[in-house]
Amino acid sequence: MYRAMKKSNIFSKRNRVLIKELVKTDFKLRYQGSLLGVAWSVLKPLMLFIVMYLVFVKFLRFTDGTPSYPIVLLLGISVWGFVTEATSVGMQSIVSRGDLMRKINFPKYIIIISSVASSSIGLFINLAVVLVFAAFTGVSLTRFALLAPISILQLCVLVVGTSLILSALYVKYRDISHIWDVILQIVFYSMPIIYPLTLVSKSYPVIAKLMMLNPVAQIIQDLRHNLVAPSTVPTVWNVVNNFWIAIIPIVLTFVIFIVGVVYFRKNSKKFAEIV
Amino acid sequence: MNKKDDIALEIKNVSKSFHLPTEQASGIKQAFINWTKGIKGYEEQQVLRDISFEVKKGDFFGIVGRNGSGKSTLLKIISGIYTTDGGSVEVHGKLVPFIELGVGFNPELTGRENIYMNGAMLGFSNAEVDLMYNEIVDFAELPDFMDQKLKNYSSGMQVRLAFSIAIKAQGDILVLDEVLAVGDEAFQRKCNTFFNQIKKDKSKTVILVTHNMDSVREYCNRAMLLQDGSVDFIGNPNKIADRYSDINLYKSKKDTVVDRNKSRILATIISNRVLRPDDTLELEIIYKASSVEPIFAKAFIDLDGHPVMATNPRLLGWDSMITKDTNEHIVIYSLPLKSFNKGEYKVIALLEDLNTKTNIANYGYDGETIITIENSDKSSSGGFLVNQAKMYLKK
Repeated sequence: MYRAMKKSNIFSKRNRVLIKELVKTDFKLRYQGSLLGVAWSVLKPLMLFIVMYLVFVKFLRFTDGTPSYPIVLLLGISVWGFVTEATSVGMQSIVSRGDLMRKINFPKYIIIISSVASSSIGLFINLAVVLVFAAFTGVSLTRFALLAPISILQLCVLVVGTSLILSALYVKYRDISHIWDVILQIVFYSMPIIYPLTLVSKSYPVIAKLMMLNPVAQIIQDLRHNLVAPSTVPTVWNVVNNFWIAIIPIVLTFVIFIVGVVYFRKNSKKFAEIV
Repeated sequence: MNKKDDIALEIKNVSKSFHLPTEQASGIKQAFINWTKGIKGYEEQQVLRDISFEVKKGDFFGIVGRNGSGKSTLLKIISGIYTTDGGSVEVHGKLVPFIELGVGFNPELTGRENIYMNGAMLGFSNAEVDLMYNEIVDFAELPDFMDQKLKNYSSGMQVRLAFSIAIKAQGDILVLDEVLAVGDEAFQRKCNTFFNQIKKDKSKTVILVTHNMDSVREYCNRAMLLQDGSVDFIGNPNKIADRYSDINLYKSKKDTVVDRNKSRILATIISNRVLRPDDTLELEIIYKASSVEPIFAKAFIDLDGHPVMATNPRLLGWDSMITKDTNEHIVIYSLPLKSFNKGEYKVIALLEDLNTKTNIANYGYDGETIITIENSDKSSSGGFLVNQAKMYLKK
C-alpha cells in the first residue's frame, strides 16, 4: 500500500503539465532534422491521396460519381491514417518509455494520452487541408458541420481505448504488434474508405449494413457526411433503420474504452517491473 | 503537536519479491507452452524482507549496504515506482526522487527545455520551474549554454545540469541514489557546502543511498544498513559506516595459508578491523615450523605495497621470541595507531629463519588481514603522519 499526502487525480495540474510537455516535445522532435518539417504532416497524406485517387477513382472507377468524391476519399484516408498511427504508436508507447518508468513514478495513462494527443495534431492539420480543398471544389459547410466535433471526440475515445488495451498487452506479448498490423489491414479493406459504400450496398445490402457497425467506419462516414457531402454519403443512421442496431458502433466505442481503462489500470502497477 | 506531524516517511513491514523469468516468455507462444506444461515460467526472488523504519522531518537519512542488498529496490518503493508485496509506505510531503540524474533528458532539446521537461516529470508546474530556474542555471554554472541543445554539452556539463535540478528542486523530501560524485573539484566543493546547508535545514528531509562512507559520516544524522534485504542496523551514521566497512572486509577474507617448506604462519586480527588513531591494533599470529632451526615471527604494516611500519625481533634484540622446535606457537602483536592516518592497510605476518635471514612463510599479502583506519573524531586533518610536529607561537 502506498500513501502519499496529496492524491493526484486524473486531470490534476501536475498531470496536465506533464501531458503538455510530452506532446510538445514529441511534436518538436518528430520532424527534427527534416527540411520541410511540419509540412510533412500535410504532404504525406496528400501523396497517398494522389496515388489512391489515380488508382481507385481514375483507373478502377471506385467512385460514386459525385464531384465531391475526391474530397470524401481524402477525408477518409486522413482519418484512417490517424487511426493507424495513433494505435501503432500508442501500442508501443509504454514499452518505449520503459526506461522512464523505472526511474520515476507518474500515472502511466499519461503516456497513452500524450501519444494519442500528438498523433491528433497531425489529424487536425489534415482536416484543415481537407476543408481548404473542399472550399476550392465548391463544397460549402452546412449545419451538419456542427456535429463533426462529436465524431472527432468519439474517434479519440475509441483510439485511446484501443491503445490502452494494446499497450498493456504489448508489455507482456510482443507478438501483438505483428497481429495488429494484420488486423489493421483487414479493417482497412473491410470499410468503405477507398471505395464508396454504394458499391457494396448495390449487390450486398446486408454486408454493407454489417460494415457500418464498425465504429471506425461509422465515424468516417459521419465525418464525411457532416463535413463534406451531406447528400451523397450514407451513414449508419440511414443505412440501418433500427435505432438499437444503429447505435451498436457507439456502444462498441465505449465498451472498448471501458475495457481498456479497466485492463490498463489492473496491469499498469507492474509495468515498471516487467518492461 | 501530533506525533505524526514530524514524520516524513513511514515504512512498515515492507516486503518485495520479483518474478525472474526462467525462459524468454515475452511471446504468446512461450506463454502458451508454459501454460500447457503447467510451468510457472519464472523464479521468485525475495529482495526485501519485512523492512520497517521511520524518517523524521529534517533528517538526513543514509541507506547503505552491499551490492544486491536491496537498497535501490527500497528506494524505488519509497518513490512509488514499484509496488510492495505487503506492508505500507506513507509519505508526508512532496517527495522528489532522483533514482537517476536527468530522467527524461532529451539530447535534441535545449538546456532550458530540458529543465522544464525534467521539472514536469518530477511534478512541478511551469510556474514552479520558473521560480527555480535561475538558481538551477547558476548552480550548474551554465548560463551561457541554456539555448544550446543538450547533445552539444560535454558529459560533465550534462551531469552538472541534472544534478543542479536535483538539489534545487523545491520538494520536502529528496531521494538521492548514489549521485554525489559528479563534476570537477570546484563543483564538488559547492555540492559539499550545499549538503552541509541542507543538513541544518530542518524543513528538508533527504534520503541518500551511497557506498561512500565519508558522505554518510559527514552529512547523515541517521543511517540504516541493509543486508540481504533485511534491516541490519539503524542508528548512528558512524556506527553504520564502521559496520559496513567491517562487513566488506570479512567478505573478502580468504582462509588460505601460504606455506613454503611446510612451515606455516597464520595471522588473525583480534581487535576491530575498522579502527581510529586512538585505538590499538591487536593481532594473533600462529606459526609452526617444519624443522628445528631457530626461527621467529615478525610483522609489518603495508600501505599500497610500501611497508610503513615493521617490527623485527632480530633487529630489536628480542631473543625470547626465537623458537627452535616444531610445536605450534602463538604470538600476540599490538600496535597503537596514534601516528596513523586514514587509509586501508595490509597487516603482513612473516616467519624468518635466523641463520639464513630469509622468510620461510608469510601471511596477509592476499588481503586476508586488511584493516581500515578512519579519521579520528577529534581531528580530520590531512597528511600521513598525524600530530607529529610541534608548533608554538613565537611572537
